[in-house]
Amino acid sequence: MSPLLLRQGLVVGTSSTRVADVLVDGGVIREIAERVAAPAGTTVMDVEGCWVGPGLVDLHAHLREPGREEAETIDSAARAAAIGGYSAVVAMPNTEPALDNAALVAYVLARGATTPIDVAVAGAITQGRRGELLAPMAEMAALGVRLFTDDGMGVQNPSVMRRALTYAKPLGVRLAQHCEDEALAAGGVMNEGALSSRLGLAGRPALSEEIMVMRDLELVRLTGCPLHFLHLSTARSLALVIAARREGLPVTCEVAPHHFTLDEGALSDFDPNFKVHPPLRATRDVEALRVALARGDVDAVATDHAPHAPELKDLPFDEAPAGMLGLEHAASLTYEALGVGEADPITFFSLLSRGPARIAQLRAQDERVRHGAHGAAMLEGEDANLVVFDPAQRWTVSRDSLQSRAVNTPYNHRAMTGRVRTLIAKGSLVVDEGRLT
Amino acid sequence: MKSLRGQSLLSLEDLSREAIVEILDTAETFVEVNQRTIKKVPALKGRVVASLFFEESTRTRLSFETAAKRLSADVLSLAMASSSVKKGESLRDTIATVDALGIDAVVMRHHSSGAALQVSRYVPHVRVINGGDGQHQHPTQGLLDAFTVRQIVAEREGTRGPESGAELFQGLKILIVGDLRHSRVARSDVNAYVTLGAQVRVAAPGTLLPDDLSSWPVTVADNFEEALAWADVVGLLRLQQERGTGSYVPTLHEFTATHGLTIERAQRLNPATIIMHPGPINRGVEIDSRVVDRPSTAIDRQVTNGVPIRMAVLYLSVAGTGETI
Amino acid sequence: MEHEGEVRARDGGLTFVAKSQLLSGDDVARALKRMAHEIVERNHDSTALSLIGLQTGGVPFAERLASLLGDVAGERPALGLLDVSFYRDDLTLNPVPASSRTTIDHDLTGRTVVVVDDVLFTGRTIRAALNALSDWGRPGSVQLAVMIDRGHRELPIRPDFVGKNLPTSRDEAILATLDGVWIGAKGRPE
Repeated sequence: MSPLLLRQGLVVGTSSTRVADVLVDGGVIREIAERVAAPAGTTVMDVEGCWVGPGLVDLHAHLREPGREEAETIDSAARAAAIGGYSAVVAMPNTEPALDNAALVAYVLARGATTPIDVAVAGAITQGRRGELLAPMAEMAALGVRLFTDDGMGVQNPSVMRRALTYAKPLGVRLAQHCEDEALAAGGVMNEGALSSRLGLAGRPALSEEIMVMRDLELVRLTGCPLHFLHLSTARSLALVIAARREGLPVTCEVAPHHFTLDEGALSDFDPNFKVHPPLRATRDVEALRVALARGDVDAVATDHAPHAPELKDLPFDEAPAGMLGLEHAASLTYEALGVGEADPITFFSLLSRGPARIAQLRAQDERVRHGAHGAAMLEGEDANLVVFDPAQRWTVSRDSLQSRAVNTPYNHRAMTGRVRTLIAKGSLVVDEGRLT
Repeated sequence: MKSLRGQSLLSLEDLSREAIVEILDTAETFVEVNQRTIKKVPALKGRVVASLFFEESTRTRLSFETAAKRLSADVLSLAMASSSVKKGESLRDTIATVDALGIDAVVMRHHSSGAALQVSRYVPHVRVINGGDGQHQHPTQGLLDAFTVRQIVAEREGTRGPESGAELFQGLKILIVGDLRHSRVARSDVNAYVTLGAQVRVAAPGTLLPDDLSSWPVTVADNFEEALAWADVVGLLRLQQERGTGSYVPTLHEFTATHGLTIERAQRLNPATIIMHPGPINRGVEIDSRVVDRPSTAIDRQVTNGVPIRMAVLYLSVAGTGETI
Repeated sequence: MEHEGEVRARDGGLTFVAKSQLLSGDDVARALKRMAHEIVERNHDSTALSLIGLQTGGVPFAERLASLLGDVAGERPALGLLDVSFYRDDLTLNPVPASSRTTIDHDLTGRTVVVVDDVLFTGRTIRAALNALSDWGRPGSVQLAVMIDRGHRELPIRPDFVGKNLPTSRDEAILATLDGVWIGAKGRPE
């Protein structure tokens, strides 16, 4: 890549912002200054009015490969991620077969290496994600895996979870839990409440999530092993985790854009594109999530990008699989949730890049084996995984123009404000003017 | 919705009082048609009505198909429950196949809540009549229950239903008993009765009530015996053992003891109290056999009224739409 | 559209707006009396006679004719009411009409049926009525009595007994009741 000069954008650091020129050369941030002279052969981009910050990091993407390539491949997901501004994604292990050993992890890492962005892997906690026997976490950790989860299904058995936390602690990795007690969720397909009772759909009570949050907080207290809470969806779950973190427990949490933009009311028409686990919740939960986001109480926004082949979303509601696309619109939705024209860019990058990079151990100071550094503080010399976000750009989601192989977005035809304009990842210009290069 | 004319019937929730009264009044004229020697009118001549039953229900299917035939519609009867169409087939594919045969309307029964609504999205040019979807709605049952109640009350007052509109429902006290959690009939009944102006109470063991009744315009009766004495109409619901009711009450015997219409309870009832049940009855569970056969039960009438109500629904929904013949 | 009474029901908000009265109540009464005599002249056996009034506009005329025939022939003929909504061939053109009652309590096989309506226009209502009547048996003959024949037939149908022939233009409307006959237009009430 020829040297690239981003002119007069708002450069977003960890605690301050300033309008400056950013020169990228040789895969690193060469210079940040009020005015940088462009060396010969430099591509100059005028990014006035845009935010220049670290490339986004998604802690939670289902890439579907191996096993469900009709819905998504590592390659198509990487392109979708790039359009969404992500320079790194963490691949969830609920593939078929599950990523529960070093060979499968190596396969995904190798496939990911051929894409324009960094693909990290979360390994399974238990063999086959069955929640019974521990997966070989140490051999996966040796390949650089820093996050383990059975996502899609929480580890139901408290004894197994306790064992997993105890085993993982000395490995320097973090477990991540999908909190839903399946016995209490009892086959439910949407949030339990007045609406589920009216629609005649079996409910998944908020308590089925909260009770596992409570249980796991106590297991963390017992074992001392760090734990990340995936896609928290209720006010109470969030409050529990925030309080525990204040107490000093090594816990972190993420929320997903659909949980802070959509409420259960979206299900009134039985459209399976709105079916997700944990389910879309009550309005008061959505409000609580938005408040927590703006306050910086949440460590990360993660997409839970879950592609499904179209025919599966044409099944009856109770038979259709749960999950929705997320990578291509998460940045816009987060920006909107923080307030169009009011959003604090530091919070924005903390939620979408620096927070997740810290949790996934993808930063320069983390001991990673093969990936470049993400979540940059925007200092000279850092790896140039960078994004340019235009907070003024308006656009409309169309399922027909997604990079993802699947089309199960709940936001089709929705008008959005704020869009990723440019992405520089792994030393290359990946997205330019909102298009893949 | 102010009138069913030209519309799909997916739920009773969004039907206005005037729309429901219009259906009941139209059904009244079809009662007369059903008493003729030739029980057939050409209103839907040349129209094709597909009946798609993903869940077998001989009674409802026969009732709908009889209704369609008495309107001179051609009926395509597809017994989906016994065909290869089982779990895992996309609703879009199934309905596309049927639609390719050239249909004006589809009557649909499905084991999943919302299936009729989903199908109506895939074929907006076809009128979809929900013949029962999962635990969501069973609109024609709700309508025929309201029709039956109006018919009986009108007869007692020496008037005709159509002359009363919805007047006979004002202040009428209706008690619905049993497995409300899993019952699509209960959801449609409540919508119909409340829209028409009746007061509705429900009674059931706590586990058979929906998780959250705040969206239901009903009150919960704490005392079953008192509620029975209060009611003008007692609507019993089928205990849906196939939907796993078994794990919601300890034993059927205990359910009968706490919430069944036993012979003892029936004897204490006001003789004018109308007893209803959508069928099929679990005799000895929701209701004692001897009570089923009492003259004040309306159960046979409910079955009889199924045809005129479904004729009215098909007629209003399908006639007056589509290409000119 | 034959009878304007139906227009009101069909078009919901649309009603008949009268321009001028063509016949008084007395004129109507005289015409009906004459028609009753004509019916008796043509059909000597009044016990074999069935009057079928078409809902809704034909009903008062059928009832009045039945009572007049009782006076003239000494015996009231059988009276039935028929709603032809379900037999119309123009359901696709018009909103579904509101239905009213059909009451025909006897088999029509072999009987002389006189169909009674208020206004004869395109003839489509009568076609629907003929179609419907066959569901009550095979009448010996079917005759047609209308208060007003306003022309513009679209089918080969002609009345046997007419109260009054009134040439009209297609877009006019006629309201015929026992109290008189008016010409006017369909429209929204002032």
